[in-house]
Amino acid sequence: MRIGTEPVSKAEALDHGLSAEEFARICETLGRAPNLVELGVLSVMWSEHCSYKSSRRHLKQLPTSGPRVLQGPGENAGVIDIGDGLAVAFKMESHNHPSFVEPYQGAATGVGGILRDVFTMGARPIANLNSLRFGSFDHPRTRYLVNGVVAGIGGYGNCIGVPTVGGEVYFDAGYNENILVNAFTLGIVRNDRIFRAKATGVGNPVIYVGSKTGRDGIHGASLLASAEFSGEAEEKRPTVQVGDPFTEKLLLEACLELMELDAIVAIQDMGAAGLTSSSVEMAGRGGLGILLDLDQIPVREMSMTPYDMLLSESQERMLIVARAGAEEIVQGVFRKWDLDAAVVGSVTEDGLFRATFHKQEVVCLPVGLLTDDAPAYDRPANPPDDFDTLQVLRLDRIPPPGDYSQTLLRLLDSPNIASKAWVYRQYDSLVRSNTIVGPGSDAAVLRVKGTHKGIALSVDCNSRYCLLDPYVGAMIAVVEGARNVVCSGGVPLGVTDCLNFGNPEKPAVMWQFTEAIRGIRDACVALNTPVVSGNVSFYNETDGRAIPPTPSIAMVGLLDQLEHHTTQWFKAEGDQIVLLGRTREELGGTEYLAIEHGQVQGAPPWIDLRVEKQVQQVCLQAIREGLVRSAHDVSEGGLAVCLAECCITGPDPHLGAAIELEGAIRPDALLFGESQSRIVLSVRKRQLGRLREIASAEDVTLTVLGEVRGRRLVISPLIDVDCEELARVYYNALPRRMAADAQPSS
Amino acid sequence: MRWGVVTFPGSNDDHDALYALDHVLGQDAVSLWHKERDLKGVDCVLLPGGFSYGDYLRCGAMARFSPIMESVVELARRGGFVWGVCNGFQVLCEAGLLPGALIRNRSLQFICTPVQLRVEETETPFTNQYTRGEIISIPIKHGEGCYIADPVTLEQLEENRQVVLRYVDSSGRATPEANPNGALNNIAGIVNAQRNVFGLMPHPEHAVEKLVGGEGGLRLFQSLITAHADGTHRPAAAVAPGH
Repeated sequence: MRIGTEPVSKAEALDHGLSAEEFARICETLGRAPNLVELGVLSVMWSEHCSYKSSRRHLKQLPTSGPRVLQGPGENAGVIDIGDGLAVAFKMESHNHPSFVEPYQGAATGVGGILRDVFTMGARPIANLNSLRFGSFDHPRTRYLVNGVVAGIGGYGNCIGVPTVGGEVYFDAGYNENILVNAFTLGIVRNDRIFRAKATGVGNPVIYVGSKTGRDGIHGASLLASAEFSGEAEEKRPTVQVGDPFTEKLLLEACLELMELDAIVAIQDMGAAGLTSSSVEMAGRGGLGILLDLDQIPVREMSMTPYDMLLSESQERMLIVARAGAEEIVQGVFRKWDLDAAVVGSVTEDGLFRATFHKQEVVCLPVGLLTDDAPAYDRPANPPDDFDTLQVLRLDRIPPPGDYSQTLLRLLDSPNIASKAWVYRQYDSLVRSNTIVGPGSDAAVLRVKGTHKGIALSVDCNSRYCLLDPYVGAMIAVVEGARNVVCSGGVPLGVTDCLNFGNPEKPAVMWQFTEAIRGIRDACVALNTPVVSGNVSFYNETDGRAIPPTPSIAMVGLLDQLEHHTTQWFKAEGDQIVLLGRTREELGGTEYLAIEHGQVQGAPPWIDLRVEKQVQQVCLQAIREGLVRSAHDVSEGGLAVCLAECCITGPDPHLGAAIELEGAIRPDALLFGESQSRIVLSVRKRQLGRLREIASAEDVTLTVLGEVRGRRLVISPLIDVDCEELARVYYNALPRRMAADAQPSS
Repeated sequence: MRWGVVTFPGSNDDHDALYALDHVLGQDAVSLWHKERDLKGVDCVLLPGGFSYGDYLRCGAMARFSPIMESVVELARRGGFVWGVCNGFQVLCEAGLLPGALIRNRSLQFICTPVQLRVEETETPFTNQYTRGEIISIPIKHGEGCYIADPVTLEQLEENRQVVLRYVDSSGRATPEANPNGALNNIAGIVNAQRNVFGLMPHPEHAVEKLVGGEGGLRLFQSLITAHADGTHRPAAAVAPGH
């Protein structure tokens, strides 16, 4: 066995993904070349994935604090106070490359990882969401990836008993070779019992709990997550971890049980870069050191080297700094749940990360070098060459549809708009019996047991908008998330983001990234929704082609009174259908333009944050006064698709609508344009007067479109379709494409 | 009435069953740990949904060997009430307290959705608050809920009116389209011959509140509470369970 204590060469460092300059800096700081084990540690801690070296300085622009924020970025998850002595802990993370290489395990371990981030904080996970991006259905790998990812998310989430209550799925050729799997978890925690990952108390024991360490996932963080793809993805399969949700369920229950006892000083999950990052980051936050005895690590197989143990990304493991003397308490709880708990080290005051193996020191590195002093780059950023031409859209060259009803049906058949029931029916959305509104409405709503409150959750990003203008696209991702929460009756509280981009060493990608950050910042400041946690995923490229910029935003909202929860579908005949907000003559970046005219072109929809806020305010106020029977955000596919969804997404029988549309703009823009800051409400006729008062007080445009009536959607004079026909197309679009005998097609 | 909800490693809906019994129905409900044998004097043991032992090997195959199951089998033989939901139903079949088995859904996919059920038999302690033929809505969520049994067993189940719940469409017909998992005869729930052991794939504990999943499952619990209060249930003379 090569223990790896000899100094390494520059060539070995380059093989580990470090640059020549980075290696020189390491040698200079240490006054020597690192050995192989240390090189492994340095390469993962200095990887883009762990160090955020390209993004750190930009992320500082985001608003991260507020009166309700109990924990902002920098911990395992962000925490926001919801009153009644309770708080919500939440975060979103990517697992993109592993999911492309091995879709089931990649997606499953993505869910497992984000769950650990949340229960590490002491929170009981109550909801999962996910944001998925696949290639187009004419790509031969897409159906395989969709099947695997969805089964993997379900396989893990269902088994561990946390409901998957919502999410989003998009299909675009830009993701053909690089899918996105972003997983979100939210948990409930008592606000006086939040656990953090800051090591304190020199001499305190470091305890390893959970699964044994194997040789899986070695270099997942550095080689898989922090480099572009090229050639055969299959070769990287050994770097993907394998999930065991059953063990994680035991780990979850054991950790929460232990947290009721006075034993834990700090706790962190062993995620990317496993034992190394959990030790180093806990030591770093406490300004202390950690000494590990690698002979004590529970291992799955004999002859594992220090290098293997420190870099393994075996799942379902946690590292705990316990109070001295509490070792037996920790071990007792884990014994009850049939899990390993081994004292593997102690907290030291020397500020060093040290590890011994067979009584020999194999790692001795300053913690600071691995954390705060890791590289941070200000990479050059310039707009892509085609940016100006992308934004040009000559409306006069877009012919109007011949048959608007057929266009509407084709939009409902688009996998980006169609029902995602094929996906979410494979997820347990009910376990823990808090699900008031499950998947298939604007936002999911969960009750908070023991209170009258509810939590509203939505995850959003239109990457087409972001491609056309990352600043505007990112703003829209934030405000749409907030609008969805508002339509469900919630007040937006805060955000976690998952920023998926290409190779940051390319100025065009870096520009997309910095513009998106600026957009998120401006929107979050305007809406007063701090970013309390998040994740950056770079290098989403294959053979030099980057994905469309995809800053996924998960918005968390609070309903003070659960009875205010609202759904998107029409409730009763005779109700008046009302549009809040204005429709502009714009078609840039719309699904209509892509489906009917094959173009991804133009400027994304106009957005004015002040107007957006006013529209949301009117909707919330009306919901709180009990005026609103249904509320639905107008998004992809525009007003016509929004109205169709209001008709057909509720329980049987579907309710139709009689709409009179007039406007001075092109009918296709009126029907299918994606102007922002619009919400469709239905209200009882006698409530219309009060709704008008609220809207005019906020200076929001209100248009009565028509009323809920019959079994057809009639938008005079252009559209007239039976609801059953709308529903047939809308609900069959995905099953048809996913059927076992389906051929790759668009 | 005193209820016990077993927690196996990997049980998930144990919390939900306890919540339904305790918070919604105001029952005296206690948690039972799989490593113990003491049933704490309960009148009914509920084996909850979830993935006991990760569903590894075969659903329910390992849970039946838990120490607590010895006591559960004994309770059933004495005529006490035993109720398995989803994974609990699978455990009861593995333990031989109910006949048949549950295999992979016909679609090979996990499925979570509300289903319509027809109450086939009301002369059981679990369904006495329904009328025969009544249609109720309760969600299912499982990957392995396709009920199978050999032809003789199946015939006996039907003959003895042990099939308690069947998947139907909204007009009450037990069609193939209304069958979410391929179960033989659209079977969703059965009782043993003595009618003190009940297993079903749908999750009644998720259908006891108007706000959360509706109240389609509420009367299953109320039926047993009524049967216990009345002392009306007289288990048939002890024979080998499941036959």
